[in-house]
Amino acid sequence: MKNSPSIDERLEMHRRMIVVRTLEERLGELHKAGKTRGPIHRCDGQEAVGIGATAMLSDADFITSTHRGHAHYIGKGLKVEGVTAEILGRETGYCGGRAGHMLIGDPSKGMIGGNAIVGASIPAAAGMALSIQVRGGSEVAMCFFGDGAAQTGICHESMNMAGLWRLPMVFVLEHNQFGLTVHHSVQSPVENLSMRGAGYAIPSEIVDGNDVVAVYRAVSAAVERARRGEGPTIIEAKTYRIEGFSTSDMGGYQKEEDLIAWKERDPIRISQLSLLEAVGKAKLDEIEAAAVAEVDKSVEDALAAPLPTFSVFQQTSPYAKAV
Amino acid sequence: MTKMRYAEALNQALREEMLRDPTVFLFGEDIGRYGGVFKVTRGLMEEFGQSRVRDTPISEQALAAMAVTASMTGTRPVLEIMYADFMPLVLDALINQASIYEYLWKDVSMPFVLRTQGGGGAGAGAQHSKSLDSLVAHIPGIKVVAPVTPADAKGLLKSAIRDRQPVVFLEHKLLYNLRDDVPDGDDVLVEIGKARKVTEGRDVSIFATSRMVLESQKAAELLEKDGISAEVIDLRSLRPLDIETVTQSIAHTHNAVVVNEGWRFCGYAAELSATIMEQCFDDLDAPVARVTLPDMPVPYSEPLEMAVLPNAAKIADAVRSTLK
Ligand SMILES: Cc1ncc(C[n+]2csc(CCOP(=O)(O)OP(=O)(O)O)c2C)c(N)n1
Repeated sequence: MKNSPSIDERLEMHRRMIVVRTLEERLGELHKAGKTRGPIHRCDGQEAVGIGATAMLSDADFITSTHRGHAHYIGKGLKVEGVTAEILGRETGYCGGRAGHMLIGDPSKGMIGGNAIVGASIPAAAGMALSIQVRGGSEVAMCFFGDGAAQTGICHESMNMAGLWRLPMVFVLEHNQFGLTVHHSVQSPVENLSMRGAGYAIPSEIVDGNDVVAVYRAVSAAVERARRGEGPTIIEAKTYRIEGFSTSDMGGYQKEEDLIAWKERDPIRISQLSLLEAVGKAKLDEIEAAAVAEVDKSVEDALAAPLPTFSVFQQTSPYAKAV
Repeated sequence: MTKMRYAEALNQALREEMLRDPTVFLFGEDIGRYGGVFKVTRGLMEEFGQSRVRDTPISEQALAAMAVTASMTGTRPVLEIMYADFMPLVLDALINQASIYEYLWKDVSMPFVLRTQGGGGAGAGAQHSKSLDSLVAHIPGIKVVAPVTPADAKGLLKSAIRDRQPVVFLEHKLLYNLRDDVPDGDDVLVEIGKARKVTEGRDVSIFATSRMVLESQKAAELLEKDGISAEVIDLRSLRPLDIETVTQSIAHTHNAVVVNEGWRFCGYAAELSATIMEQCFDDLDAPVARVTLPDMPVPYSEPLEMAVLPNAAKIADAVRSTLK
C-alpha cells in the first residue's frame, strides 16, 4: 500500500512509542516522589498519534505542539535526555530549565514549539506554512491540537485562512475525548470534529489514533498533498488519554469501562502484535529493553545534573539587576 | 467567625449570592462537576443545576463578550477564567466593549464578575504564572480587586457580585489553601475601594497587592530586627485605588515602597508610584521604590523562578535603600 512505512520505520516508531510511555511512567513516579514541579501532562495511550504523524517529516519541516507534547517532541527527533532534563528543570535540558515540560522548543529540529495556551498551536503552524508558501519552499508545517482546542475561535480562523490560501500544512486533531475534565459531548454538538473541514474546503480523514501505522499512512498522504501545493488536510485521530489530565488531576470523571476498553487497545500493544510475525519476539524485547534503559539513564543523568543559575534576561529586562 | 480556606470562602460567597439572587449564574471551564481546577465551585452544580453552573468549551474570547451582554440584559454572570495568563483573550471584551457602554448609552449597567487567578511560585511555567493586574487595571470602567485573606475573599466577592459595574477579581494560586477566620453571616461585605492596614509602622509604608502582602509582612518582621518599623498596607482594590489611605500612611511615615508581582515597565507599581509622587511629593523623604517581577518571562526551573519573584528579602532591601 502506498504510504505504508517499511518494517524498519515501523520498528523505529515502535521504539519511540516505548520511549515516550516509559518517560510518562517515570514522570508519574517522580511526581509521586515529589521530584517534579508543577503539573505534568502525560500522554499515555496517545503515543501513536504523536509518533506516527511525525515519522515521515524531516528536520526542515515544522511542528507545533500543545501542553501534552512528549510524543511530539520524541517523534520530531528530540533526544530523550534533553527532554527529561528540561522537565526536571536542569541546566542540561533543551531550554536550560527555562521552559519546563510544556514549552520545549528546538528550532534545529523544526520543533517550535510546545504551547500551553490552548488553541495557540494552530495559528502558529499556519504562520509557518505561510512562510513556506511565501518563500516557495517544499517543507510542511503541522499542528497538533486537541478536541478541546478545536473549540477555540482561533482554530476556526486559522482553518479558514489555511483553506483559503491552500497553505502547506496538516492539522492533526488528537481527539482523546476530553478537554481537561470535560467530555467532548459537553464541548461540541458534533462528534466528528473533522467534518468542520467542509466549511473551509479542507479535506479531512478520520483515523484510528491507536494504530501507529494507520496514523502514519493518513498523515503521510496529507504531507505529500501539502508538498505538492494542494493545500491543507485535517486528520482526526480518535484516541484516549488513559491517565488523568495532569499529574495533579484527581480523576473520577473517566468511565471505568472506557478505560478498560481503551487499555485493551493500547497503541504499543497493537504495534507489538502487528510486528511480532515479521520480526519475532526476541527482536521486539531487545528494542523494548534498550528504550527503557535509555529513558532510565536519562532520568538518572537529569537528577545528577546541575540546576541552572539565574541571570536577568537583558533583552527584555535591561534595567533589572541580577539578584 | 469560622476558620476556613480561601477557596472555601470564595465558594461560600458564590453559594450565598446564588441563593440570594436567582439572576446570579456561573460559567467557565471545568467549573461544573469537577468544581473548578482550584475547587472554588465545588458542589455548586449539584446544588444549583446545569443552567446556573455551566461547563463551557475553551472559548474565553466569546465567553467574556457574552458576560458583558448577559450582564446588560438582566443577569449577573460570574465567569471563571482558569489562569490570568489567558486574560489577553478576554481583553477585547473588556477594552472595546465593557469599558465604553455605560458612558455611551446611559442607564446600562454591567454587573458581571470575571474571576481569575495568577502569580508564580508553583512551577507552572511561563504561560501559567503571570500576574497581569496592570493590564486590567489600565481599563477605565473596570474595577479590579485582589483579596489576600479568606475574609476579604468572601467579602469582596460578594460585593463584586452585587456591584453594578464589571469587576475583575484576582485570586492567587498560592493563596487557595490559606486558612483564616471569616466572619459569619450573609451580609458581611467588604467595600470595594478600601485598603487595609496590615501592620502599623513609623518609618516606611509598604503598599502591596495580592500575595505580595504576605511577603511584605515577612519583610516587616525582618526589618524590625534592624530597628526599622514598617507599615504594611494591603491595597485590596487596585482600581479604584484608596488614595486616602495611601496618602495618610505616607504623611505618617514619609517613605514609600510599592510591591507588585507583575512586570515593572508600565506596570501597576509604576502607576502607584507616579500617583504617590503627584500627591505626596512634599511628604516624601526619598523617591518611591518599586519591587516587581523583572520584565521577562517567568522561568520554570525552581532556582530561576525563585530568583525572579519578589520576596520578603528583596522588599526589605528596597526599604533599607530607601531609608539610607
Ligand atoms: C486558552 C486556554 N484556556 C484554558 C486553558 C486550560 N487548559 C489547559 S489544557 C485544557 C484542555 C485542552 O483540551 P484538549 O485541547 O482536548 O487537549 P488534551 O488536554 O485533551 O490533550 C484546558 C482547558 C489553557 N491552557 N489555555
